[in-house]
Amino acid sequence: MTAPARHRSLLQRTPAGLELAALAGLSVLLFAVPRVPVAAGALAGVVVLALAGARLTPRQLLAQLRPVGLWLAGLLVFHLLVTDLATGALAVLRLAALVLAAAVVTATSTVAELVAVIEWLCAPLRLAGVRPARIGLAVAMTLRFIPVVAERAERIREAQAARGASRPAFLMLVPLLVQVLQLAHTTAEALDARGADDEAPPRAIWRRA
Amino acid sequence: MARPWRRAAGLPPEDPTARLRTALELVDVSHSYGERTVLREVSLRLTEHRVGVIGSNGSGKSTFARLLNGLVVPTAGRVLVDGLDTATDVRAVRRRVGFVFQDPDAQIVHPTVAEDVAFGLQNQKVPAAERTARVAEVLDRYGLAGHADHPAHLLSGGQKQLLAIAGVLVMRPARVVFDEPTTLLDLANRRHVARVVAELEQDVVVVTHDLDLLAGFDRVLVFEDGRVVADGTPAETVGWYVERMS
Repeated sequence: MTAPARHRSLLQRTPAGLELAALAGLSVLLFAVPRVPVAAGALAGVVVLALAGARLTPRQLLAQLRPVGLWLAGLLVFHLLVTDLATGALAVLRLAALVLAAAVVTATSTVAELVAVIEWLCAPLRLAGVRPARIGLAVAMTLRFIPVVAERAERIREAQAARGASRPAFLMLVPLLVQVLQLAHTTAEALDARGADDEAPPRAIWRRA
Repeated sequence: MARPWRRAAGLPPEDPTARLRTALELVDVSHSYGERTVLREVSLRLTEHRVGVIGSNGSGKSTFARLLNGLVVPTAGRVLVDGLDTATDVRAVRRRVGFVFQDPDAQIVHPTVAEDVAFGLQNQKVPAAERTARVAEVLDRYGLAGHADHPAHLLSGGQKQLLAIAGVLVMRPARVVFDEPTTLLDLANRRHVARVVAELEQDVVVVTHDLDLLAGFDRVLVFEDGRVVADGTPAETVGWYVERMS
């Protein structure tokens, strides 16, 4: 989500491409310099950036870490048993820093900005006859339809439960697949109706002659 | 007037007749899905501002609606939109005929509201500044300005349908086809969408089971078994249809 321009934080005004490049740079740094102080410093820096630069709340930061909390704990225990505390701490600090840094990028960039970066990165594929806009659209649609499919799955689960079904969850897959295929068909029609096919595909470089 | 700067800017040539509206014509149109025939030798000429289409499930209404936008090409006969054949001029037809689907979830393709409205304009290669202005204007008109950067999946059913309508109208089509736009809505939202449809300056064709929606329409077609079995004003056709169904 984006705030009005005058209320936007420094990071929200930073181009998404620059943020993604910084995220990639941080990943390389953390793996190229495998030292606990570096990883701890990176995590502290990301937390400060998230709180001050992206205006995220501590609660929001914790919410980002919650899904990987179990994984982080398991990683630490594994290293305590197999290697040592320092290696475990390094792995945990590194992963936490990257998860939070990615959260900062997604919280301060719109989907359109991220998609634009993807399309820019894919621009050379035009030479092979690929439309970068199509790749960007596919990414945007994936993000858009995750909650839609989840909602439909929940509706099927409720419908089955309402009729007393206590069947295994995987049996929900068939009706869900049918609904998703119907949805895909209508969405394809909607894309046509909204002019998604207006642009002629670029010709691959070896076909131009 | 030709505008060479459009070509220089890499834009498609402007259609000089984009604003002209003459008629929607079906000439001996039949359509089949495999063995199942859903439309049988339908011939119509629609020149009215607002046309309603009613009929029982499976009567051919939705296929008829899809023919008008070129989403379906007839297996026999011709469909002409202001003289353009949907089989051969499909891109030009789609630029002048917008289509609003029953289920807005299938029509909204971008994660956030403003991005989704802008989608059609991006496809039309509308310059960014104009795009932003048109998106803001249409969101404001349909009471969605405060939701511009909200995730689309968090909108209510009525707001999603308004978003779907906004996404079509921002492209400024000369005509709009609605396929059961109020079926999934509650009473308040049905009335809101009905008001939106009533206020459109574009010519509209509305396929619906919501007979109240057709009040004030110029013409109503009743479909049955792939044929038009009644054709007239709402006063002439709706009562006849209700009696036939009871």
